Amino acid sequence: MSLTPADTPQPTAISVRRKIPLSLIVGGLIVGLHLLAGILTILWTPYEPTAMVGGRLAEPSIAHWAGTDRLGRDLFTQILIGARIALEVGSGAVLVGAGIGITLGTLAAFATRTLDDVFAAAFDILIAFPTLLVAMLIVTASQTASLFTAVLAIGIAGSAIIARLTRILVKRVLSMDYIVAARVAGSSWPSIVFVHVLPNIWPTLIVNLALQFGLAAMAESSLSYLGLGAPPPNASWGRLLQEAQGTVYTAPFGAIAPGLALVTLVIGMNLLADGLRAFADPTRRRSR
Amino acid sequence: MSFIQVENLSFRYDQTRTIIEDLSLSLEKGRNLGIVGESGSGKTTLLRLLLGLAQPSAGSISIDGQVLDTKNWQFMRDFRRRVQAVFQDPYSSLDPRQAIFDIVAEPLRALKIDVDVAKAVAEAATAVGLPADAAQRYPHEFSGGQRQRIAIARAIVARPDLVLADEVVSALDLSTRILIVDLLKALSTSVTFVVVSHDIALVALLCPDIAIMEKGRIVESGPTEHVLSNPVHPYTRRLLASTPRLP
Ligand SMILES: Nc1ncnc2c1ncn2[C@@H]1O[C@H](COP(=O)(O)OP(=O)(O)O)[C@@H](O)[C@H]1O
Ligand SMILES: [Mg+2]
Repeated sequence: MSLTPADTPQPTAISVRRKIPLSLIVGGLIVGLHLLAGILTILWTPYEPTAMVGGRLAEPSIAHWAGTDRLGRDLFTQILIGARIALEVGSGAVLVGAGIGITLGTLAAFATRTLDDVFAAAFDILIAFPTLLVAMLIVTASQTASLFTAVLAIGIAGSAIIARLTRILVKRVLSMDYIVAARVAGSSWPSIVFVHVLPNIWPTLIVNLALQFGLAAMAESSLSYLGLGAPPPNASWGRLLQEAQGTVYTAPFGAIAPGLALVTLVIGMNLLADGLRAFADPTRRRSR
Repeated sequence: MSFIQVENLSFRYDQTRTIIEDLSLSLEKGRNLGIVGESGSGKTTLLRLLLGLAQPSAGSISIDGQVLDTKNWQFMRDFRRRVQAVFQDPYSSLDPRQAIFDIVAEPLRALKIDVDVAKAVAEAATAVGLPADAAQRYPHEFSGGQRQRIAIARAIVARPDLVLADEVVSALDLSTRILIVDLLKALSTSVTFVVVSHDIALVALLCPDIAIMEKGRIVESGPTEHVLSNPVHPYTRRLLASTPRLP
């Protein structure tokens, strides 16, 4: 008898050679590039971001890949830094949103009927407000525009969607017989949440968190565009877009470059989410 | 003193309808009890009460003379070790994200039973006839019958006194049913089963005692042979008439 973990056979060749979805590869590459760019700026940038290093509103050239802005600063440098800010705010906001959303959603799923109904209604009402509007209200109410408030505001604004999804997912898992079996086996509710509930809702949740990440990056740019994001000299893409607005006909590249950066990041995140969805399907999971 | 003593048990989900009504029964260790009734007669509800998963509106359940008290943490730990269950749907009753080893080991870990977990799981898996390489595989790789074997392994791994089996073969095809019934029969030498089913023939194969349940009440009970050869209650007669005779 050999039912110990040590001496079970290796998975068969067929189950190992699983096809990785193309969207996962492409999305991963795009997001990976942004990530690399963002990390790079911590160590090195092509030019000093705030230094006037070229002529004003110069066309893209070998020296300045994305041209220069009104003050003669290198745009490519600022776009690289923008990637870092987008990723910082995106991941921070998703962490905040997931922390609040998963906690509230799980609590709602475990609450009594009436309390659960109240939670569900609250989530629905919050979701009805556009995320950006809620984030703007929070930033305005806090009276400080900083990277930190942007993270908090976008995270809180997005948490209702995560909470609603979590509530539905947790309720579905709680209705399964393996939860009853776990109770009969003597498992406590906290251990049921960590051993059975979270692992089963995680695949669906992570896909939605990736989508939220893209939305958060977009919301960050929108806030910055409106002057409610990270203040200068933080080179957010939204602020670059806003600054390029006045000269969009004479120097379109100032708007095209940061716009392209934002759009590719959001598309990359969506592709990644899509690829994860295909990958996370439990019936396609490879055997170990 | 009976091993399990149920006295005047009542249960309702809401005020409109009583699901279990003034039900009493007793159970001896080593003598399987079959509970037979039509769908909706309250069998699953009775098992939920017996497992301490629902609170009775009236009456009591005792084990070895001790009243089942779901609020008594220490009592429940011992109770969970002694009373286990197997469920109807072998698909919903196994966590799709857990390896078979972890599924079967759950009672041992949850109740912090001081045994060699790997050895106990291996023994349980052997006892239910699982293939040797099952441990690290996942539920979706197994058929319904094998999944039910996994569920049975989980139920017996902590060496309980009593296993409540709720319609454990009704989701399986006929040939698999026979194999699982054989397995339950073989396991009956070391553990007592309460076999709940709408299928009187199945219960007759496994249980020396039988209780007939109708609308939340026990209408007739006693030694299976006696009840089947000489049914007194019209409901029992009706159930028997609708069951194909065993060869
Ligand atoms: N959660 C519930 N809320 C309200 N009524 C229920 C619930 N679960 C079961 N019932 C009712 O209780 C009765 C008995 O159900 P059940 O115990 O599942 O019967 P059986 O297992 O014998 O088919 C049924 O009429 C069913 O509709
Ligand atoms: Mg039932």
